[in-house]
Amino acid sequence: MILTPAIKNARDLWAGILYAGIGVSALIFSRDYEMGSALRMGPAYLPTLLGGLLVLIGAVSLGRSLIRPGARISGFQIKGLVLVTAATLLFGILVRGAGLAIALPLLVIMSSAASRYFRWGYSLVMAAGLTLFCILVFLKGLGVPLPILGSWFSG
Amino acid sequence: MELLAHLGLGFSTAFTPENLLYCLAGVFLGTLIGVLPGLGPTATIAMLLPLTFTLPPVASLIMLAGIYYGSQYGGSTTSILINVPGEAASVVTALDGYQMARQGRAGVALTTAAVGSFFAGSVATLLIALFAPPLADLALKFGPADYFSLMVLGLIASVVLAQGSLLHAIGMVVLGLLLGLIGTDINSGVQRFTFGIPQLTDGIGFVVIAMGMFGLAEILRNLEQQHGQSTEVTRVSSLMPSREDWKRMVGPILRGTAIGSALGILPGSGSILGAFAAYSLEKKISKNSAEFGKGAIEGVAAPESANNAGAQTSFIPLLTLGVPPNPVMALMVGAMIIQGIQPGPSVIVEQPALFWGIIASMWIGNLFLIILNLPMIGIWVRIASIPYKYLYPAIIVFCSVGVFSLKNSEFDIYLMALFGVLGYLLSKLGCEPAPMLLAFILGPMMEEYLRRALLLSRGDPMVFLRRPISATLLILGVLAVIAVSYPALFKKRGEVFRDRDK
Repeated sequence: MILTPAIKNARDLWAGILYAGIGVSALIFSRDYEMGSALRMGPAYLPTLLGGLLVLIGAVSLGRSLIRPGARISGFQIKGLVLVTAATLLFGILVRGAGLAIALPLLVIMSSAASRYFRWGYSLVMAAGLTLFCILVFLKGLGVPLPILGSWFSG
Repeated sequence: MELLAHLGLGFSTAFTPENLLYCLAGVFLGTLIGVLPGLGPTATIAMLLPLTFTLPPVASLIMLAGIYYGSQYGGSTTSILINVPGEAASVVTALDGYQMARQGRAGVALTTAAVGSFFAGSVATLLIALFAPPLADLALKFGPADYFSLMVLGLIASVVLAQGSLLHAIGMVVLGLLLGLIGTDINSGVQRFTFGIPQLTDGIGFVVIAMGMFGLAEILRNLEQQHGQSTEVTRVSSLMPSREDWKRMVGPILRGTAIGSALGILPGSGSILGAFAAYSLEKKISKNSAEFGKGAIEGVAAPESANNAGAQTSFIPLLTLGVPPNPVMALMVGAMIIQGIQPGPSVIVEQPALFWGIIASMWIGNLFLIILNLPMIGIWVRIASIPYKYLYPAIIVFCSVGVFSLKNSEFDIYLMALFGVLGYLLSKLGCEPAPMLLAFILGPMMEEYLRRALLLSRGDPMVFLRRPISATLLILGVLAVIAVSYPALFKKRGEVFRDRDK
């Protein structure tokens, strides 16, 4: 571990870093906007106030992580995190170009592969079933403007 | 009686075949998601929002409301029969409900939950009908300073009631407020934190965050602890409680209803806290407190009454003040705005049929729930044992297609994925998403009211203490902070949530 034994609460440590990081960025970006006064608040007034507050909370959390012991961060499920997130992003990238008939089965198969009980059989059946369902409900029923086969195939 | 006339209008609105159908559809869907573990009302209502765009306003709100209180109901069924709470507020019910089931009293436990829920639902409906009009009248006297203080109180309450560390709850509130500022500043037209991305000009959609942090993040958490789920289903025998059972459940139902109704109005909690508080109270005062955790009927009656009452009274701040007390109600605000209704005190005057129709539909919905649940228990149990591996890919699909259909923008899909990751990371750090979401909703409103209040007072911040309504609300907030910092009470807060982790 890179973390020294002085850190007693890893949760507080990382939460503190997250708060402070977001707070500092808010303060930096707010400098581009006009501050104004309490009477006539400019667009920077509240973000600056909140950013400062978040930095303060981050500092308290960081300080506390050195003093008060706390629960450890439990193990990350990296496979699930990567597969589900990638599947969702890929769906967004493909949905117009390739169309629902391709983007949706991919989404189903990729995300179901995140389970440790994954089998190809049920996953393919679900991909087909959910694609049909979404085409009927969202495209035909609700008129969501999504192509079944996208622009990449119409050329 | 004015009340009777109002309720008459409500029932005549709700009793059209169309609205009855949507009410039934709502409570049916609600029971379904209540039964299904890993799918809560926030994510479901977010997913179904696009489906309601094409409905008339009354029908869509009746259905969405039905989903919410229906989910409280369905969650208890699986808590009792298979020890799997389908929904957060039913966690306590599982403690004694499942024990009753193991003793062969599953039917009695289910009836107790149903009777308690129905009674609580009816009382809560009446409470809304009684208190909403005077509250709406009061709300018309609210100035910008009062609204600002009300929202401050709301955020304080959500911090105080959040589980886990107070510091992180405050951090999440501030984070939510900051996220709410993304987009065009309405006063100056300046783009704040948009980084030149045109899709951020109008800010981040609430539904996008809700689906990411409650839909996707929840799936990521569940994937960690997924098990084969070979659940043993208890057989349901006699549904009829004995005379002794009836006697024992009366008190807990009455007290549970009272606690649930009161806590439901508070921001940040909705139905969950009421259920925990009601259970703790019964455990303390009951003659049979030794039986708690081993199948005490009181331990089913009290939390079930409380969560149903709370689910319904949480509509009061929404319908009278236009201020949502929890994420589900915030989605209702979204649904109302899409339908062209500005939530707030004027709804009751300008749209009486809508207002009273929703209230009447809640009572009808509770009746449907009893009819739907007791005879159909076998079906719900079978649905509850659907393995999670089949369930979650479907949830991801509905979230992805649903979030796209809101604005026909794939950018929202990317944002949702981002908030899914963020929600997962935050849960790893022990930070709860609910206060953040509430702050995100209230943020833009608060900034607007703060500006207006200070403009009216010529920049004098003392205006918040000089106006009686505002001062009262702020004092309540300070009292809440003191109460929670006071060590003895602080310990109690910990106790309530420790029961939850069992």
